[in-house]
Amino acid sequence: MYYPLDALFDLQRALEARLDSDWLRGATAGTGAFPAINVFQQGDNLVAILEVPGIDKADLEIQAKDNAIRISGRKTIAYPDGVSVHRRERLTGTFDRTLTVPMQIDAERIKAEYRDGVLALFIPRAEADKPRTIRINS
Amino acid sequence: MSPQELQVQGKREMEKTQESTIPARLFMPTADIFEDDNALTVVLEMPGVDKSHVDINVEAGVLTIDGRLDFSKYEGMQPVYTEYNIGHYRRSFLLPSKIDQNRIGAEMKDGVLTITLPKAEEAKPRKISVS
Repeated sequence: MYYPLDALFDLQRALEARLDSDWLRGATAGTGAFPAINVFQQGDNLVAILEVPGIDKADLEIQAKDNAIRISGRKTIAYPDGVSVHRRERLTGTFDRTLTVPMQIDAERIKAEYRDGVLALFIPRAEADKPRTIRINS
Repeated sequence: MSPQELQVQGKREMEKTQESTIPARLFMPTADIFEDDNALTVVLEMPGVDKSHVDINVEAGVLTIDGRLDFSKYEGMQPVYTEYNIGHYRRSFLLPSKIDQNRIGAEMKDGVLTITLPKAEEAKPRKISVS
């Protein structure tokens, strides 16, 4: 039997357990800077997921070189003219963050998907970096 | 003027007024609220929530917004490094002025929900001219 609510709880605990793990060994510039990044392993590959709500796709720039992926852009909010603002919690500004992963990646084949304010980067591990089984000659 | 550098806003968890039967955590979406003569507008950030998974409810003068995250996408993925947690969203607001409940409108774009709550005719400000 499948319990979706327990599944979410388990996922939340798994995310918490890896909170600020040293897996990136400080190689990601600007921890604490926007946007927050979660990195997952999916088979041989990596998936980086970033929450960037309210940012237009056109205002997001992603560049990749070697094992570094740079995500930059800006977030703007336009309030209509003549309104009185009662509560203003959402922040605006520019951002520039570089994620450096501790493995060789195939930068050419990185795929980015943006949906509902969430950016997902599918980062394939370089063929040369994949583990190989070594046969022992008798 | 150089644009301000954007900072991460720590996600706030909902404070529970009732005990939940669900162990999972619930987050409070970041909100902006503004008003003009015709309507009150509530803007909420709920990254990862599809528009089909949003519930907006007005009852006894309280506006409640529920956003459910589709976390099935995370299946088969092992977290190796994390900076934030994920979950469903909920937030409630006490509505200050009379709202025309039949004309409440909502739209969703890039994980941001905008709810327009038009004021009822009698609640709109009227200009009174002095003769």
